[in-house]
Amino acid sequence: MLLTKKRALALSAILATSALALTGCSGAGGAKQDVTLTLATVSNPQMKDMEELKGEFESANPSIKVNFVQMEEGDLRAAVTADVASGAGQYDIVTVGAYEVPQWGANGWLQDLTPALKADATYDVEDILPPVRDALSVDGKQYAVPFYGESSILMYNKEMLAAAGVTISNNPTWQEVATAAQAVKDQGIADSGICLRGKPGWGDLFAPLTTVVQTFGGSWYDMDWNAQVNSPEFTEAVTFYKDLLANAGQADPVSYSFTECLNLLQEGKTAMWYDASVAASILEDAKTSKVAGKMGYAHAPTYKTAESGWLWSWNLAVPESSKNKEAADKFVLWATSKDYQQLVGKTLGWTRVPPGARISTYEIPEYKEAAAAFAPITLEVMSSVNPSQPGVNPQPWVGIQYVTIPEFQDVGNQVAQLVADAIAGRISVADALNKGQEIAQKAGDAHKK
Amino acid sequence: MRRFKSGLTTTITWILVLLFFFPIAWMFMTAFKSEADAASIPPKFFFTPTLDQFQIVFDRGMGSFLLNSFTSSIASTLIVLLLAIPAAYALSIRPVKKVQDSLFFFISTRFMPVAASILPIFFILKFMGLLDNITALTFLYAAMNLPIAVWMMRSFFNEVPMEIIEAAQIDGANFRTELVKVVLPIVVPGIAAVALICFIFSWNEYFMALLLTTDTARTTPPFLASFVDGRGQFLAVLSAASTIAVLPVIIAGWAAQKQLVRGLAMGAVK
Repeated sequence: MLLTKKRALALSAILATSALALTGCSGAGGAKQDVTLTLATVSNPQMKDMEELKGEFESANPSIKVNFVQMEEGDLRAAVTADVASGAGQYDIVTVGAYEVPQWGANGWLQDLTPALKADATYDVEDILPPVRDALSVDGKQYAVPFYGESSILMYNKEMLAAAGVTISNNPTWQEVATAAQAVKDQGIADSGICLRGKPGWGDLFAPLTTVVQTFGGSWYDMDWNAQVNSPEFTEAVTFYKDLLANAGQADPVSYSFTECLNLLQEGKTAMWYDASVAASILEDAKTSKVAGKMGYAHAPTYKTAESGWLWSWNLAVPESSKNKEAADKFVLWATSKDYQQLVGKTLGWTRVPPGARISTYEIPEYKEAAAAFAPITLEVMSSVNPSQPGVNPQPWVGIQYVTIPEFQDVGNQVAQLVADAIAGRISVADALNKGQEIAQKAGDAHKK
Repeated sequence: MRRFKSGLTTTITWILVLLFFFPIAWMFMTAFKSEADAASIPPKFFFTPTLDQFQIVFDRGMGSFLLNSFTSSIASTLIVLLLAIPAAYALSIRPVKKVQDSLFFFISTRFMPVAASILPIFFILKFMGLLDNITALTFLYAAMNLPIAVWMMRSFFNEVPMEIIEAAQIDGANFRTELVKVVLPIVVPGIAAVALICFIFSWNEYFMALLLTTDTARTTPPFLASFVDGRGQFLAVLSAASTIAVLPVIIAGWAAQKQLVRGLAMGAVK
């Protein structure tokens, strides 16, 4: 018994020492004047380029090092939300989507960047595309700066449409697109006339579908947060989308999102695709795309509105919990500056300049030349969309393809699953939207005053 | 008729083997393709192989993620074995009081999904300053695998004939000799099976690694997912990273193959 007690004491001592050692280890750090910034980011080409070029910043600021932690989009959301909401302070700079910025800013999780942006005379905050800037601000305070922005456009294979004897105007209607897609499919020019996302998810299926709903006159909620998911307009839009996919779309649409449709169009297996404007730069890359030089681009198709199309940006923000705010601000301003755009163009090539963030990007002669096929339409669409009222009806939030409430990810995912079931023919559109209405209303009730 | 049945069984077995192995083979092939070849429709079986994707993976610093995975997986497995063997012994060969209650307690710690306990763990580690710490992750993996290891080890110990232990005791073997020289050599295949399973569970663990680490302690699984690009092609580079990531598990499984088959068969016999 005595031996057991001794052993227990020894074990406790070992555990206590280990705990102290662990705490000590974690507390050990470098010299105080050297700052290492940890940047959590989505793994997209623009951020990979930024990591490649961070050496330029580090050379100019020898006391600051920047570590990039790249993550898959869903992982990034989970990891960064846990960090900023708990104030853990593991990340000094975070990549945040336009959906989260206003919510996190209002929660007090992100640093107000307005003073830092105004203090830097060379930064030119007015140069950021106004719809993007609006989406990142709450009550006049800007909580993030964009390094990349996109809208949605219609991309089509000119040769295929010519072979089918149809044309697409610069501002097409959805009916025009449906007719062209049907012609391509009926004449066997491609396996499908159009590729559209069908994969369930608020950021997958509902990114394009919400813009269709809006231009058909529908919306997620009215001004009093009453859900509108089973309204006649919402139903008409979803039915149109489903029928278009069934009649002229790709096979097994519920397994298709951005990458799958990109492959289909690149391989010449479909004639049209409505998706993110950034896809145009990939389609025009002659090294990887079989359709480079054969593509045409048009505004997002419409029905009852003059314009359609979504608005999305990936942005850099500094969490309130960061222990290195000053250095973090410095890097954020550098990485989203006009000079950085020049650096990317001159070092990596002009087609790799991050699109959709600054107006001046579209005035750079080299960029205009390199991205002539898609730059003008990207700027046109991004400048013309209205995140405050993207559809026919007014809405109590700012945002196009999402509703800026915390519940929307869950609501969007659940309703997307129901709509995907309808697209796959497992349930009717009416059943899917009636169930979706109940789900959306529960979330809406939480925001009623 | 007998030959026909035997042939049919062999054919079905081969079909099943190919069916299970095909995704791995496809991943291995895709790792040597260019992104354009990897995305081609219909899929390409013949292509010019390239090592470019492996270059990209290592340029992204996969070595440090692999090292973290090795450290946490091997160390946690050793801790688990160190604790599970005596615990299982006390629940099998020299049973303590209330064995069934103890066993239920062990397995009950696995009832709650990690997602439900991750926030308290996150806040405890934050409070202790142990976020992004490989030692903390190692202990968590050990705690995660310990219940299943105790249960498995107990089933292996149950297979040891009591007559052998009694004979050793009659010959004057003390507790330590009985455990180390008589019982453990008999259950070595079982230990190998437990070790491999704990290693695989730790190696593949994703959720805790994602939320509790950021940079210095991050392991391979979240690193693999970081190649998924929402706005571009990534199949070839992801396959290259995945090919490297599965190699240690395949090698460990292959090396312990003989012991593993014996160990799993041993535990299965009741």
